[in-house]
Amino acid sequence: MRIYVDPKIEQRFFRAVLWLFTGVTVFILFFIIFYVLKRGLPVVSLGFLTKNPVEMGKAGGIFSTIVGTVALTLLAILIATPLGVGSAIYLTEYTRENWVTRVIRFGSECLAGIPSIIFGLFGFILFVTKLGLGWSLLSGGLTLAFMILPTIIRTSEEAIQSVPYAYREVSFSLGGTKWQTVTRVVLPSALPGIATGVILGVGRSIGETAAVIFTAGSSLHIPTSLFSSSRTMSVHFYILAREGISMANAYGTAAVLIIAILIINVLAYTLMNKFMRKYC
Amino acid sequence: MTRLERNEKLTRLALLLVAFSAVSILLVITIFIFSEGTPVMFRYGLQKFLFGLDWFPLEKSYGLLPMIIGSLFVTAGALIIGIPFGLACAIVLTEFSSKRLRRLLKPIIELLAGIPSVVYGFMGVVILVPFIRDNLGGPGLSVLAASIILGIMILPTVISISIDSLEAVPRSYREGSIALGATRWQTTRMVMFPAAKSGIIASIILGMGRAIGETMAVIMIAGNAAIIPRSLLDPVRTLTSNIALEMGYAAGEHREALFATGVILFIIIMVLNTIANLTSKRRTP
Repeated sequence: MRIYVDPKIEQRFFRAVLWLFTGVTVFILFFIIFYVLKRGLPVVSLGFLTKNPVEMGKAGGIFSTIVGTVALTLLAILIATPLGVGSAIYLTEYTRENWVTRVIRFGSECLAGIPSIIFGLFGFILFVTKLGLGWSLLSGGLTLAFMILPTIIRTSEEAIQSVPYAYREVSFSLGGTKWQTVTRVVLPSALPGIATGVILGVGRSIGETAAVIFTAGSSLHIPTSLFSSSRTMSVHFYILAREGISMANAYGTAAVLIIAILIINVLAYTLMNKFMRKYC
Repeated sequence: MTRLERNEKLTRLALLLVAFSAVSILLVITIFIFSEGTPVMFRYGLQKFLFGLDWFPLEKSYGLLPMIIGSLFVTAGALIIGIPFGLACAIVLTEFSSKRLRRLLKPIIELLAGIPSVVYGFMGVVILVPFIRDNLGGPGLSVLAASIILGIMILPTVISISIDSLEAVPRSYREGSIALGATRWQTTRMVMFPAAKSGIIASIILGMGRAIGETMAVIMIAGNAAIIPRSLLDPVRTLTSNIALEMGYAAGEHREALFATGVILFIIIMVLNTIANLTSKRRTP
């Protein structure tokens, strides 16, 4: 026999429980951010940002790792964006739903689910050893590009799809070809949405460790060419913390990382909001 | 055929090639991981590799069972923690919050996905591990610590995909239920949840994939002993950490064995991806 509970009381109870869980989740997020910033920000100074690490990072700053992170991320974005946006254009503008698009979408979804350590293994065996690129910006950049490709494909696809069909019709009616329509009408309108995807890719690249450490290596020198090994902030942070080299510098690096991630997320979110308000 | 038409044809072809980049990359990754990893599995004996208890690479003993079980334990733990919190957030955001609050909360929760995994691992090291060691005993680096951190790390996946599937339920379902006099909670439990079930299951499976695949955070907090843990407080080594810990110095057969570990991980992930893909496609409109 079921005990009768007044649905209103039941609802009140479950609403409280659900809000409690949500509150805890939000609390954990804020806790992590404030904890890292509170201990890390005092370490961060102009010198910390502009000086190279000394004695494996025990002293000095993190300048070379900032350069490494920026270079690697730029490279990944430069490779992944044309591939991702091109894929999205094909999927949305040049074909109907059929087995080809299903294969492409399935492939992209699977790629998105592959753990970063597998990307690291793959990049290591193909780029670092088989192709003889060694631990280098190029090996790391290619590996990261492959990793963020699905994100860019998906967000670009959504962005292109949300451009109203009327825009295309107007272009066609003026005698524009498909390609002209895509490059001069659709892409400019979809740009903020596409940019959001690229920015999310930047965020993933900055935070990535497992795929980078085995492909770009962990040299503390400022990279001078595509073939020099380089250490990113995440890898530096990992090594500082794990090997107990300097907790203070680890917190400082983490604070810089967190701030970078916060800026990236706010940027992506405002861009997306603007874009959605325009079309949806 | 005019020049213009030919150009259009060429563009279409070029774009088709580009569009196959993701699939080709997936194929190339599969080929390389398998060709590096499978020979040693068969040379060593598949059964010994999968069910062997001893991982002593220097003595040419490659038993992977402790790591397979380790991965299963921490993943199960992550799900036990991640599912209730993740679904609660998804329900609150879709059913129990005002529009303004949702617009505030959603980006905040999405921020969880942006925090680098090394930072999660680090938080585990400085807060969770000492807490477990001091209050519950054991070394602190444990199944429990890894489960909790992984449980937090899978939240964004579970939340965002569950929200998508709850939002995809037609409005009329909810309105019909409310019109019949059901409360919001009854509507959620009896109408929205069953209607969004396949998407929610997909979100859990993808979260599972994230937990199994996570590497750096787990290395920092799981203790990494290559033995089957006997309690929640024992250290544990997962498939991913097995690769990352030894990749730096492994050579020859040892390195191949690490790639073989990658093969097992890869197969598990692909199976999970395929299941998630199939479940979410079977969504009833």
